[in-house]
Amino acid sequence: MSATLTVPSASALLERKFAERVTIESRPEYDVPTIRVESESLLEVARFLRDDPSTAFDLFLDIAAIDRLKLTGSMAPRAGLRFCLNYLLYSTKRNEHLRVRVELPAVSPSVPSLIPVWAAANWFEREVWDLMGIGFAGHPNLKRLLTHNGFFGHALRKDYEAGQRWLCTEEDLLQTDLAAQTDVPEDVFETMTLNFGPSHPATHGTLRIAMRVDGERIVAAEGECGYLHRCFEKMSETHTWNQVIPYCDRLNYCSPMINGNGYARAVETMLGIEVPARGKAARIVLDEFSRIMDHLVCIGANLVDIGALTNFWYAFQPREEIYSLLEACCGARLTASYSRIGGLSNDVPDNFVEWSRSLLPKITEKVGEVGTLITKNRIAMKRLRGTGVVSKADALAWGFTGPCLRASGVGYDVRKDKPYGGYDALDFDVPIMADGDNYARYLVRMEEMKQSMRIIEQVVSRFPGGPINSDDYRVVLPPKEMVYNEMEGLIYHFKTVFEGIKVPEGEIYSYCEGANGELGFSIVSDGSGFPYRIKVRPPCFPLFAAYEKMVIGGMVSDAVATLGTLNIIAGELDR
Amino acid sequence: MSKNPSLSLPIAGKIAPPLAPGVPSTSGSDFLMTKLDVLVQWAQSNSLWPLPFGTACCAIEFMSVVSSHYDLARFGAEVVRFSPRQADLLIVAGTVNDKLAPVLKKMYDQMADPKWVISMGVCACTGGFYRAYHVVQGIDEIIPVDVYVAGGPPTPENLMHGIIELQQKIMSGELARQRESKTLVPIRVGENPLSIPAYSDGIMAPGRTAGPHEMTQMPPIGEAEHSRKADPENSAEPAPGKRS
Repeated sequence: MSATLTVPSASALLERKFAERVTIESRPEYDVPTIRVESESLLEVARFLRDDPSTAFDLFLDIAAIDRLKLTGSMAPRAGLRFCLNYLLYSTKRNEHLRVRVELPAVSPSVPSLIPVWAAANWFEREVWDLMGIGFAGHPNLKRLLTHNGFFGHALRKDYEAGQRWLCTEEDLLQTDLAAQTDVPEDVFETMTLNFGPSHPATHGTLRIAMRVDGERIVAAEGECGYLHRCFEKMSETHTWNQVIPYCDRLNYCSPMINGNGYARAVETMLGIEVPARGKAARIVLDEFSRIMDHLVCIGANLVDIGALTNFWYAFQPREEIYSLLEACCGARLTASYSRIGGLSNDVPDNFVEWSRSLLPKITEKVGEVGTLITKNRIAMKRLRGTGVVSKADALAWGFTGPCLRASGVGYDVRKDKPYGGYDALDFDVPIMADGDNYARYLVRMEEMKQSMRIIEQVVSRFPGGPINSDDYRVVLPPKEMVYNEMEGLIYHFKTVFEGIKVPEGEIYSYCEGANGELGFSIVSDGSGFPYRIKVRPPCFPLFAAYEKMVIGGMVSDAVATLGTLNIIAGELDR
Repeated sequence: MSKNPSLSLPIAGKIAPPLAPGVPSTSGSDFLMTKLDVLVQWAQSNSLWPLPFGTACCAIEFMSVVSSHYDLARFGAEVVRFSPRQADLLIVAGTVNDKLAPVLKKMYDQMADPKWVISMGVCACTGGFYRAYHVVQGIDEIIPVDVYVAGGPPTPENLMHGIIELQQKIMSGELARQRESKTLVPIRVGENPLSIPAYSDGIMAPGRTAGPHEMTQMPPIGEAEHSRKADPENSAEPAPGKRS
């Protein structure tokens, strides 16, 4: 079996005009279907992929750039084509993923920019230019995004020394000419440039937007991120496969278990190992608790930003309860590092089922209190309704996923559309709103918490017994009795500890439903004990990229409310 | 309170004679004898106004600490201010990277004396396990730190312990910012490796003029590649770019 395009899109691509210029690669079954395109034809193929009804790839997910300098053997780049760009697309109409691969030479790598086709490509291309040094012809604003302007070189290239730092001074931060974006004339009293963040309570210390305001109305804006860029992708290349998990947990630190489990699932798929039913069930329960935690902190912090402090205390109390459960499982409250490739680091506590079940009424009560205070509250409705509106077309063009996309009327949820890890056996609903405003996003999150509790209830009501980890001891540490009593056990233990897991050569794009959208891991393994390249598809990256466009025309106070409902988590935004 | 007897708080006593035989003058003490410094330090240590410079996971734990469950108000440090002008305790919660460093430095400079700094979490203390090209390897490269709280992120109890330690430190009158830094920060300016004394004005200072740092301009697309000295295909050197 192999991953292939569905018949209509494959035949449409090949039988039409692209017969010579598009190659359909044969990929293993676990990966997404892949086509290879020459960079000259990229723009044309991209337009076709978006517009033709037999393909209809309307959602731009990610660009994973790979420097293949150190790949050898069967994975070595052919004919000096050192760089490789993987565009990841999704069709909401046909529920299909696609990877478009472009190979580029070592000298002056450049491709046409895809912004005219998918607006979401803008920041993704800037990131690739920043970290990989690949140019995008026709990009209107190709400058550094994650690193500062005093930075030199391109950090994710394989020949960039990981510890090389560059001095950053204030002049190296965002320099923007917002006056050029607008025709509102300069006026000393009414028109001014307002710097919003990074050290501002509503921007969570790490986001920055320079705005030009006319009175209270925003007429131009430019966002900047990277204030929490802490080199996750570079660091993961020097750690063994299991050592990457603590880094993953710090991507979206509001719901760490989802990241760790998503990463572990990706590597398990590459290894071809299966987690036992108990492990899968525990992961679902912890994922859904994490989703509730994430939504609670999103709603709580958002309401603080718009002046409703009380809800924050209500929203935080259930988090404390869930922390206690996590602490009982693995000893850590927040960044759990509980996932392991092949399962979890240890079994869940004996009273896990009762404990999980006992949390549900407490969460329901507190969520209900927040709902009572806010959902029909006149002030909240005036602040949230009709502000930060994103139409369905815009949400797709900007690459939204998760609750923000569903609040704009597109019901894409990975758990439902591409079920993984046992979600297909569960009965839950995907809430959708059509308005696309802040209020819709708030309501979608409130409803999702209820659905998550439904999922937990179902899983714990038939929580399986048996082992929690896979019994493939090339990957999972064998039990201590086996290590002390059997030769094989000792060998497995020794090899897993000293050499780490050996993931076979290959490539995967594995995705799951994170708390604020599709969380994807593009992983390349070269067969050594370390990941060759890990690229995360952070769900809030396209959200924040669109933010600078969403706020234009609104008031400054609406911009604060909008930033809160988008739920930007800097850890995964900047990685 | 401090174990140092010279710093211990008030010596109390009575001076007034009894109002009548057998009737004491008041129910409490009539006077307090102490040093003004001690009184001020005692007041300062129990009314800290924290400015949470929260960036990452530690900020989420900081939210826990100020929430009702752990309730930082018990230590007199619950009035969270987001303006450096109104705060006297800077809690740096989370990873600080090179891009954020000038911001942190500026925030610290804007705080009025007396001011203290708690470095919350191992990323703020030492860079933690982010030992790479864009992360400050400990905020004491930029600003002086009074109390380091370990953990990634620290538990709320751990942060509270840090605040209690700071209170004791304030009572002792010792201030980190009066110490001379002995640390040198290795960093590159242009193509030259440099070592700059930590938290001196030479590094990250606003409006800094000294130094050979002249290439804020990005090389145009592809130029970084061309300007390499070595074999362009498989060069082991990082693209140095062109000096503008």
